[in-house]
Amino acid sequence: MSKRMKGSGSPAGPGSSSGYAVLAEGVVKRYRGKGGAQKRALDGFDLAVRPGAVHGLLGPNGAGKTTAVRVLATLLRHDGGRAEVAGLDVAREPRRVRSRIGLTGQYAAVDEGLTGRQNLEMFGRLFHLGNRAARHRAGELLDRFGLTGAADTGVTAYSGGMRRRLDLASSMILDPDVLFLDEPTTGLDPRGRGEVWESVRALAAGGTTVLLTTQYLDEADRLASRITVIDRGRAIADDTPDALKDRVGGDRIEVVAADAGDLAAVAGAVGRVAGGGLVVTDAPARRVHAQVADRVAALTEVARGLQDEGITVEDIGLRRPSLDDVFLRLTGHGATDDAPPNGDAENRGTGNHDTSEVAAA
Amino acid sequence: MTALEQNPVTTGVRRPRATAYWAVSDCWNIARRVLTHYQRQPVAIVWQLGFPILSLLLYGYVFGSAMKVPGGGDYREFLMPGMFAMTMAMGFMNTAVAVVTDASKGVVDRFRSMPMAPSAFAAGRGTADLVVAAAELAILAATALLIGWRADGGVPAALGGFGLLLLLRFSLIWVGVWLGMLVPTPEAAGGLYAVAFPVTMISSTFVSPSLMPDWLGFLAAWNPISSTATAVRELFGNPVAGGGTWVEEHALLMAVVWPLVLTLVFLPLAVRRFQRLSR
Repeated sequence: MSKRMKGSGSPAGPGSSSGYAVLAEGVVKRYRGKGGAQKRALDGFDLAVRPGAVHGLLGPNGAGKTTAVRVLATLLRHDGGRAEVAGLDVAREPRRVRSRIGLTGQYAAVDEGLTGRQNLEMFGRLFHLGNRAARHRAGELLDRFGLTGAADTGVTAYSGGMRRRLDLASSMILDPDVLFLDEPTTGLDPRGRGEVWESVRALAAGGTTVLLTTQYLDEADRLASRITVIDRGRAIADDTPDALKDRVGGDRIEVVAADAGDLAAVAGAVGRVAGGGLVVTDAPARRVHAQVADRVAALTEVARGLQDEGITVEDIGLRRPSLDDVFLRLTGHGATDDAPPNGDAENRGTGNHDTSEVAAA
Repeated sequence: MTALEQNPVTTGVRRPRATAYWAVSDCWNIARRVLTHYQRQPVAIVWQLGFPILSLLLYGYVFGSAMKVPGGGDYREFLMPGMFAMTMAMGFMNTAVAVVTDASKGVVDRFRSMPMAPSAFAAGRGTADLVVAAAELAILAATALLIGWRADGGVPAALGGFGLLLLLRFSLIWVGVWLGMLVPTPEAAGGLYAVAFPVTMISSTFVSPSLMPDWLGFLAAWNPISSTATAVRELFGNPVAGGGTWVEEHALLMAVVWPLVLTLVFLPLAVRRFQRLSR
């Protein structure tokens, strides 16, 4: 399927035979905020996830990612629109949906008072496997997630990455059609993050449909074959990671001059590698940046050029497009944490000049 | 779509008999989970009992000789049923802390995302709490026997006494579940001790309400803990030291009525709290 959603308009027709593993059409979820004011956590949210895909749901805190996952995982009832998981309406048949999904929330929801094996056996029995099948399944999953060595150790002694893997294993007990991962690497160190990524890749290779929420473009990029960008409760883009990054622009070279008087010269040096692209000069920060095609060659050339001209710089480097960049490009406002409806991109550290850059580009 | 081995048992969940079967089975599996915690850390029950056992020794021996029981009788004989009732009453804290811990760690959400009976989480917790409470009572009673306490009312009456104690504990499970869903963090739940402690003190646990200032004695006499403590004293054949008020004269009745009232109020509140999670 190469159709894009672009906000409204779902690619799938009505009926449960949509063929999508996850389908949301115009889903609305209202919250009563402080003072009785109604807040829309989801405001006409659309999503279509193909079976077998790893689909990233990317957005800042407060964009509605977790609410979307909680509606789809039957933890929250939505107020409008339609949501289907594995061809089942989540509002009408929550119980059946629950036997087809796995959920890993923002915290490793495992029982710290039990061992890894006891956790999996308990969840297995609660998934109605029966004692023997639950024991067998626990053994399989411990093996699959590389936890056999720690199987009979209390979870309190597990590292963050191990807890997450146990958490993932717990959501895989019934081999679900759809696995929801809500910010699975938040709070993990790089090693733990790598472990979780490895597990998600293995699940995807086994054919599980995964809906993964994340704040990190990097993470979505590594794991997802398709990304939906969510902002203020709406899907504002739905595309492949490469296409999204193309829309944002590629890597950027960034130079911070030591002396404000050198800015013009620095801009000149950067301009020579920008290939005719826009060179942005942010005078107050003494910063010059531009998009480049060949990262390393550009860095080398600019560094050499500046050295030849005897210009000292405070910092020089390459940076990948960040979630901030994606958001600026797609929405015109920054990836602000808990963005209030009226937006406050200007208040952010990098908001001002980046905004002007987007407008110019 | 990925091939799914559809679990035949799970799909049968909608039939009424299967629903009832799974409600019981799920409840037992949750209870088993809680009991496994104690099995893995048996010392936890000793910590839980540290306070009542310490109070029992402190009040029994440090203050004991200075304490007078109105109407005569041995203070330690008077104290023991009070300690039993207080331990049952404080048990709601264990429930509350356990529930808020599960809720804040996402365990409640995981259970809710699973095809298990919605009632199982609270029912299983309650079942396990009752089993633990029975074990606590056994340990406390053994300690009390060691320092000379006796139940002289006969075996059926003694069993009735323990039954009333567990009934009080049962009714407070729902207070604990409700509070556990109400407070945001396990740390905040710890603050409930500050409320729970005076509530258990302003009762006939340690001192007869008739020895308190009138207004305080009134509160203490009407405290559900007092009704259970007084009723159990009667059943155990221990000194009762009643002040002659209506509620003290009808302690046996009130030891049944109070828990029923608490259950009727807090069970629906706890259920509503759970249903509101999906709002």
